[in-house]
Amino acid sequence: MERVEQQEPVAGSKGDAIRPPLDIQAHSEQKDYETIGTPFVTDPKMTARNVNVYYGDKQAITTISLDIGRNEVIAMIGPSGCGKSTFLRTLNRMNDIIPICRVEGEFCLDGDDIYADDQDTVLLRARVGMVFQKPNPFPKSIYENVAYGPKIHGLAHSKAELDEIVEDSLRRASLFNEVKDQLDKPGTGLSGGQQQRLCIARAIAVSPEVILMDEPCSALDPIATARIEELIDELKENYTIAIVTHSMQQAARVSQRTAYFHMGKLIEVGDTKQIFTMPKHELTENYITGRFG
Amino acid sequence: MDRTTHVDQHTSQRYSAELEGLRSSVLSMGGLVEELCRQALEALVRGDAELARKTVKADSQVNEMELNISAQCIDILARRQPAARDLRMVVGIIRMVANLERIGDEAAKVASMARKLADDRDRQTYLSEPKHLGDGVSAMLRGALDAFARLDVEAAIDIIARDPEIDREFKTLTRLLMTHMMEQPQRVKNMLRVNSCARALERIGDHAVNLCEEVIYLVDGNDVRHLGVEEIKLRHRGG
Repeated sequence: MERVEQQEPVAGSKGDAIRPPLDIQAHSEQKDYETIGTPFVTDPKMTARNVNVYYGDKQAITTISLDIGRNEVIAMIGPSGCGKSTFLRTLNRMNDIIPICRVEGEFCLDGDDIYADDQDTVLLRARVGMVFQKPNPFPKSIYENVAYGPKIHGLAHSKAELDEIVEDSLRRASLFNEVKDQLDKPGTGLSGGQQQRLCIARAIAVSPEVILMDEPCSALDPIATARIEELIDELKENYTIAIVTHSMQQAARVSQRTAYFHMGKLIEVGDTKQIFTMPKHELTENYITGRFG
Repeated sequence: MDRTTHVDQHTSQRYSAELEGLRSSVLSMGGLVEELCRQALEALVRGDAELARKTVKADSQVNEMELNISAQCIDILARRQPAARDLRMVVGIIRMVANLERIGDEAAKVASMARKLADDRDRQTYLSEPKHLGDGVSAMLRGALDAFARLDVEAAIDIIARDPEIDREFKTLTRLLMTHMMEQPQRVKNMLRVNSCARALERIGDHAVNLCEEVIYLVDGNDVRHLGVEEIKLRHRGG
């Protein structure tokens, strides 16, 4: 995908491996800063501009602008409390349900303002689906878990059509073959990895355009993780995916673009390969090489 | 940030220690290789067959160090999954030790020829040029190792810029040896040996250049192999 270079890095040349001066305290207080790298793309699926998020008096996100490219997997990484999950949740207005949370900025999905007064959030969340850290199937059958969304959104006009959506979604989530004989069994009876794939199937069932994933593998073992990662790779053909992860190796494996957050700011965005071999900002480098925790 | 101490400061102290250990292993290997080159050259110039023999024998130590450092690198790759500058450091070192090992081989070649030339009573008539060539490449090797120790890209580029002069000297020396051979056919055998020495020394210069290219890679992230020195300077300046 073609990137739009926002601005040259602040200090020195491209070859100059070490970038702006490191003063974490000063950086955290500075409101006006420049994200290094390529936050903007030529064909964005979603755009976020000048985003500020507050929890009461506390500012959680400071002036972030970022594009999510069409059919790309973008990984958001950063230390705990850096704002990456908060930012992810602004993309389908999940923060609306937190009373003390205030969101500023412009957000568009295919050019439509998703924070417009007449925006139906239920509809928005069907277009921009979400998968959470802990698998959270409904206490219903496997079939019902997947069928629920299409039913309330009126996507199926007959039982046969609904069956087809359920099977197709389970197949896309690489779960169908494991559960085809027990569709009437409770979803909560599946293993953790299967439950997470069930949640992905549930998210896919309403034909979303974007899937947000908030640490989808942190409760899973390595094999279940590998299956989800394989799935992410397949899903990007048809969907746009934004994933928040604590596992840098996971970000390196699944994403095409990586965004590094630090204390509520978007420090650097770039091609994943570049971020993991030659990051431009010292804070990014320190984080991915395991310095300063 | 002070680049000389840049392997410190990992949250995992042990990881820092492993990377620092790797770096100092490479420096020790470099020191040994440098010493072998010096000995080989001395054996050649002084006609010291015993020193030559020792130098050939010591090459096995270099080989052992190569295996040891490669194993350390694989261990870090497998267990730490290094990223960014740490990754470049490990990958750069893997390539550097291969070059250092080859330099050891070339030094052993020079030493082995020195042994055969030790009995030649006319040695002094043809040794001043190989000695000059040898001093030149030894300085390049020392400079390359210093550039690595200090992670100094400018110094590395300066070393790379010296290689064409070494190549010119080698060609001149070859022409000179051919003249000797034509004038005194009974000395062809020894002249060919001298030429082998010169070829080995010239190769050491090439390997020193390779070491410098790795220094640039691990500091800047630019892969400058197979580029001319002007292009390398341009990339370093961010062109």
